[in-house]
Amino acid sequence: MIRVTLPAHLRKLAQVDGEVRLEVEGQVTQRSVLDALEARYPMLRGTIRDHVTQRRRAFVRFFACQQDLSHEAPDAPLPDAVATGAEPFMIVGAIAGG
Amino acid sequence: MSGVRVLVGTKKGAFILTADGKRERWDISGPLFAGWEIYHLKGSPADPNRLYASQSSGWFGQIIQRSSDGGKTWEVPGGEKMPEPYDPPASVSNKFVYDTSSETGKPLTTHQWYDGTPHPWEFKRVWHLEPSIKDPDTVYAGVEDAALFRSTDGGKTWQELSGLRGHGSGSSWAPGAGGMCLHTILLDPSNPNRIFIAISSAGAFRTDDGGKTWKPINRGLHSLHIPNPTAEVGHCVHRIAMHRSRPGVLFMQKHWDVMRSDDAGDVWHEVSGNLPTDFGFVIDVHAHEPETVYVVPIKSDSEHFPPDGKLRVYRSRSGGNEWEALTKGLPQRDCYVNVLRDAMAVDSLDKCGIYFGTTGGQVYASADAGDSWAPIAQHLPAVVSVEVQTLP
Repeated sequence: MIRVTLPAHLRKLAQVDGEVRLEVEGQVTQRSVLDALEARYPMLRGTIRDHVTQRRRAFVRFFACQQDLSHEAPDAPLPDAVATGAEPFMIVGAIAGG
Repeated sequence: MSGVRVLVGTKKGAFILTADGKRERWDISGPLFAGWEIYHLKGSPADPNRLYASQSSGWFGQIIQRSSDGGKTWEVPGGEKMPEPYDPPASVSNKFVYDTSSETGKPLTTHQWYDGTPHPWEFKRVWHLEPSIKDPDTVYAGVEDAALFRSTDGGKTWQELSGLRGHGSGSSWAPGAGGMCLHTILLDPSNPNRIFIAISSAGAFRTDDGGKTWKPINRGLHSLHIPNPTAEVGHCVHRIAMHRSRPGVLFMQKHWDVMRSDDAGDVWHEVSGNLPTDFGFVIDVHAHEPETVYVVPIKSDSEHFPPDGKLRVYRSRSGGNEWEALTKGLPQRDCYVNVLRDAMAVDSLDKCGIYFGTTGGQVYASADAGDSWAPIAQHLPAVVSVEVQTLP
């Protein structure tokens, strides 16, 4: 079970209160987590990564285990603590003004 | 008793204001989509309970929202949470992809940037949603970078009407200060194949074949801020309005100049007349008097507030040129708000109601065709758009 935290605006859009818990098949990577997230919550498609290029939106960042994973390759394995559910994969909106 | 529903889009959410036909007591609901920019929301003429909203954010991009109960509840079309096993629908309501196919689109990859260099087309947001006159599931979207999209499935999927962006002049279009937006969509009630649109700052265009081909309709416009002031395209049109009984007569608020066309945009002539300044954004037409037109003059293109700190709506009862200031109930000192291009609307009650919103968060209404005004909301976030539905 993978744990994912969403920024407040996306929690509201997806109508979830706390963390999202997802089953991810195969290797746990940014791409597989986001694929699972968007499959469960289709309204989030396009809000985290571009529909066509699949690139992370500029003002969205990824963190886990006190590391900035935003610039890691989408298919790079996420830390074991994320894969085991010990730590959440955090999707964060950049602090960029009001 | 009939009533009105005012749909207000702001920089930080949407609000719905309702009143009965007297339009004296107002209920305000909202904010909907709090914290998001709501550039526009509008109801279907064919089904007043069907509303569409453009919700966007610099962080998370574009969202399309739809209501089927007059704004009480909303959904992302085709975006419902999926039960297991997850098999999301193929439709994606916020996917606006420019048509670059050789069959139906154009391999057009750039427009002009502010500095005159080529710049790739990039979707940024939906500025304006225009539901079909007859079909609640058909809706048009005007977007930045300028293009026109259409959905025929209630907003679940969108297809570009690429003949517009593929017009021969497309590579020379350039953004205005607010971006290169397609902000005005007028559907001709007498001719389903005729649509008018306007782009800042490319100008006005018209299709007579349902969107396949388009022609620029800017003859008569004169814009000193472009190299050729009478060019076929490049004019910063801010807003166009028509009266549904006379769709061949158009009124335009341009970057500077208030204009009129009596031949569906083929030729324009200036009707600024005695306005204190002919810069502004909004323009609209009285619901029952096709020659009665409203504008809100703004001091200049750099000073986006009313002249002399006095918020005045100007009304012409002669289709332009002769204008009277409407001031009763509006602030006549120290007022430095703006009224943005999509922030004026009229209802169809008798007397006609006029509504507009300001960047200061006020929404003003007149229940007597502009003779007197009162704020119906005073402390909202900056108002981007105002639409009105007249309810049975």
